[in-house]
Amino acid sequence: MATKTEISTTPAAASQTAVTLSNEEILRYSRHLIMPEVGMEGQLKLKQAKVLCIGTGGLGAPLGLYLAAAGVGRIGLVDFDSVDLTNLQRQILFSTTDVGRPKIEAAAERLHNLNPDIQIDRYETRLTSENALELFKDYDIIVDGTDNFPTRYLVNDACVLLKKPNVYGSIFRFEGQITVFGYPDGPCYRCLYPEPPPPGLVPSCAEGGVLGVLPGIVGAIQAAETLKLIIGKGEPLVGRLLLFDALAMRFRELKLRQNPECPVCGNHPTVTKLIDYAEFCGIRGEEAPAPETSVPEITPKDLKSRLDRGDDIFVLDVREPHEYQICNLGGRLIPLGDLSRRVNELDSSREIVAHCRSGKRSAEAVEFLRKAGFRKVLNLKGGILAWSDEVDPSVPKY
Amino acid sequence: MPVKVIIPTPLRAYAGKQESVELQASTVGEALASLTSRYAELKKHLYADDGRLRSFVNVYVNDEDIRYLQKDATRLREGDTVSIVPSIAGGAQS
Repeated sequence: MATKTEISTTPAAASQTAVTLSNEEILRYSRHLIMPEVGMEGQLKLKQAKVLCIGTGGLGAPLGLYLAAAGVGRIGLVDFDSVDLTNLQRQILFSTTDVGRPKIEAAAERLHNLNPDIQIDRYETRLTSENALELFKDYDIIVDGTDNFPTRYLVNDACVLLKKPNVYGSIFRFEGQITVFGYPDGPCYRCLYPEPPPPGLVPSCAEGGVLGVLPGIVGAIQAAETLKLIIGKGEPLVGRLLLFDALAMRFRELKLRQNPECPVCGNHPTVTKLIDYAEFCGIRGEEAPAPETSVPEITPKDLKSRLDRGDDIFVLDVREPHEYQICNLGGRLIPLGDLSRRVNELDSSREIVAHCRSGKRSAEAVEFLRKAGFRKVLNLKGGILAWSDEVDPSVPKY
Repeated sequence: MPVKVIIPTPLRAYAGKQESVELQASTVGEALASLTSRYAELKKHLYADDGRLRSFVNVYVNDEDIRYLQKDATRLREGDTVSIVPSIAGGAQS
């Protein structure tokens, strides 16, 4: 593998003879400077380096902090989101007082306070096929800290087209994957996964969630790889997929190869410009009505008044047991995954209202039950979230 | 041949919540067939309708991708570890 190839991260050092460190910078970076692997040469490379971080969330937080602390001279941040309370469990760039602020603003402020000597570029925008190449072109290294498939394929393709390294990290619950794509002669994301999963097969929010420290570990590994690429030392994580399981506390490494038939970096590429990644990932746009709206529904207010009236309604909760412990409406718990096996526990002569957290899983349950011959079954529109908003705010949202 | 199949977190819900499964198989194809016969729900997550392994799921024998070995026909030796590694994207719920 091309571990010897050094990425030309910066214009030749010779033409940059003016770049030096102030005495204060020398003190700040002394723990780097006294290591021969970094030294003055490496620290000056860091100072001249330009890194673009896509996303300032769970992965972007440790990444941004360590790159800023290490003295990476120019850090670009791309995000369009605002800080919300559920972010704080893992997104350590933000404080409680940042809730409601644009992430980009809170992140840039935090990084500037950490290291006022570096330049922070803010891009408060969604990364798109229209702006990606323009945004990327000024940077040496792109770091992918996004949370969705369309953006990951977009980042990959743009990096391949511009021949820029893409430091990749992704997480799910307590597992992480880390590698460096887009390195000369190395594989890209499409070599690993030619296509994304169709939306229906992506684990739903029921199986979602993430251990707060997991993106911390994965983002810190991405930071380490980025710094190594800049100083040109060590063995980059190229051609190797690092798997991390925080529950087992185990790292594993798999071989990653460049696929000669890869549609973007192979011998005969068919993707030669950026495409519509929402379409590629089978997502027709966020405004498109979800299929579950076709099942019969009842609003939280209507359910409440009917229950208060004493109507005979069987409330079926199709969430998982650990969710039931967070909050419940007193319904019978049968997780969606167990429903087909436990359907005999239900009385088809009674009226049933199924609910989950947001209404998505229970819509599947309603559809399943109707196909199984249940006639009087309704979906609670908007689930527990809507119940909390519209009927009983003492029920916590999660 | 006794081999171990490692089930990734996103697919554990369809495999009896197991982290790994020990089974008897002499090829990767046999190992996956044995796994999906034990856990029928797993099948649609691993294979497309045309019977091919889905393109967002990779299978490794030890640290080698079977696409660069003999795919389903890749032979297994005693003690080999078969890993199923699907793509994961992060936390977006949409």
